[in-house]
Amino acid sequence: MATLEIRDLQVSVDTEAGPKQILRGVDLTIAGGQTHAIMGPNGSGKSTLAYSIAGHPKYNITGGTVTLDGEDVLDMSVDERARAGLFLAMQYPVEVPGVSVANFLRTAKTAIDGEAPKLRTWVKDVNTALASLEMDPEFATRNVNEGFSGGEKKRHEIVQLELLDPKIAILDETDSGLDIDALKIVSTGVNRFAEKGDKGVLLITHYTRILRYIKPDFVHVFVDGRVAEEGGPELADELEANGYERFLKAAAK
Amino acid sequence: MSTETLVATGNKAHSHGPGSPVPLQARSERPTSYDVDVFPVPNGREEEWRFTPVKALKALFEDAEGTETPKIDATGPERVEIETVVADALKVLTPQDRPSAIAWKRSASALAVRIPNEAELTEPVHVNVASLGGRGFTHLIVEAGRHSRGLVIIDHTGAGELSGNVEIKVGDGAELRVVSIQQGDHESIHLAQHDSVVGRDAKLKHVVVTLGGKVVRINANVRYAGPGGDAEFLGVYFAESGQHHEHRLFVDHEATNCKSNVLYKGALAGDDARSVWIGDVLIRAAAEGTDTFELNRNLVLTEGARADSVPNLEIETGEIEGAGHASATGRFDDEQLFYLQARGIPEDAARRLVVAGFFNDIIGKIGVPEVVDHLHEVIEAKLARTAQLSESAKAALGQ
Repeated sequence: MATLEIRDLQVSVDTEAGPKQILRGVDLTIAGGQTHAIMGPNGSGKSTLAYSIAGHPKYNITGGTVTLDGEDVLDMSVDERARAGLFLAMQYPVEVPGVSVANFLRTAKTAIDGEAPKLRTWVKDVNTALASLEMDPEFATRNVNEGFSGGEKKRHEIVQLELLDPKIAILDETDSGLDIDALKIVSTGVNRFAEKGDKGVLLITHYTRILRYIKPDFVHVFVDGRVAEEGGPELADELEANGYERFLKAAAK
Repeated sequence: MSTETLVATGNKAHSHGPGSPVPLQARSERPTSYDVDVFPVPNGREEEWRFTPVKALKALFEDAEGTETPKIDATGPERVEIETVVADALKVLTPQDRPSAIAWKRSASALAVRIPNEAELTEPVHVNVASLGGRGFTHLIVEAGRHSRGLVIIDHTGAGELSGNVEIKVGDGAELRVVSIQQGDHESIHLAQHDSVVGRDAKLKHVVVTLGGKVVRINANVRYAGPGGDAEFLGVYFAESGQHHEHRLFVDHEATNCKSNVLYKGALAGDDARSVWIGDVLIRAAAEGTDTFELNRNLVLTEGARADSVPNLEIETGEIEGAGHASATGRFDDEQLFYLQARGIPEDAARRLVVAGFFNDIIGKIGVPEVVDHLHEVIEAKLARTAQLSESAKAALGQ
């Protein structure tokens, strides 16, 4: 069973005033078949957690461990982490001018699998993935994220999730900036991935809205760089009703 | 910061240091002459030499016979006339600087490639220019007869110091493509002036591909002999450590309803890799209906490289279809690298993908398969060298 284990993770970033601690000891275990939601106010370190797991060079790991099926993730390069089975759907997907979506997806799939996908089935797979996210097949000929609307960028991330088929998917505020139709399309894509079995999902969000469409098994409230409270789906309901007030007050004490 | 972008626009009066023969207000007022003495030896403070490493060019500023006769020959389809002619057989080109005037004076003859009237070539003409290691001069004439179609590929190789003039005449209604490849050895120096005249309703695609040489400076100029002309100027360059690649353009619109489109893209990698792009476009008062656009983009791949880019547009009439320019110089974007790596693509492959993407549109526009294939190969090799450099830099830091 796929397991991502995060133990006492501490992360800082360099600022002009010196290093600034963002994560202050995060413990989380995401096993295959589970969907975890991380919720928290702005600036609580949710995105830092996502990017630190993916290996963004901006974040300095100052303590703790991250393992995927026992393998040391922190020791891997960014691309090695992806090939090991981690996927990060980004909040702000990057434009890559002059590189077509088709070329990008094929290059990524080849890297992940260690061999080029079979041409005939691959084209069909790409078109099926695009269609399931309600994207025109013409997107395959466009340059990666260039001129895409916010919603199209997010749907393109989920197309990649479907095609690259990782063990653990981390979704960093995939819901932000989406209208209700796009939110439903994206959620359906994530659920389809989760239902494949033995897939772990770590859903990072500021709002409870997406939790109407993606049902988490566990909810973690993130405040000031650590998990402040954990529970089941009912914790999300409480946040929906009362917001983060209670946690922010507790943190200020 | 190791990069710098300079943007100058419009009819700005430039100040000039001592040594300038006349105060130059605009591009059109710069001297042109066959007389070497009109052009003093540049000291590097002149507007047209201020970006150039003039110290490296001493030999080509000296008004003396060459120490070698560079090899120049051409092969092409049977209908193409290839012959040696007297230097002033065409006179489309008037030298704009000292090296060009010296090259004109010191080349006793010119190699002429003529595509007959109404001939439609299906195979390219290849011109090979090789400098053997000394100081030499060349003079090439390319003439496309009226309503002809053709492609001429000029390949510059070798080890020496070369100064060459290229004259291009596109007859009325003709369609000519000229590709000039500069891939001299690492220590070679290549200065060139390319002057083109585009006939009535004629089309010229002029492509410059600069891949090698310590100092390469191409000064390309185009004017129109009648209305309805269309000139597309494309350039690709990739300067590595210790290389200076300079491209200067002057599009002179005087006839009515002519088009020009300039697109130059360059990558730079390594210490002291340097590129300069100067794009001057002049729309004269008579040039009503002109449609012009010029664009330069530079991608700086490593620390220590520097790109200068100066687009310049002078407009003397408002009765035009359109006129625009843009210039941008950017560092390699680490966020692109992270995005691609986060999808499993290894770092070196991700870099190749981003650089290939950067050049993708212009390579598509070149549209000459043998040139495009060669370009892909050379860019791959250069990126492999860049990757090695950054690997050894990382290793050095780790010690």
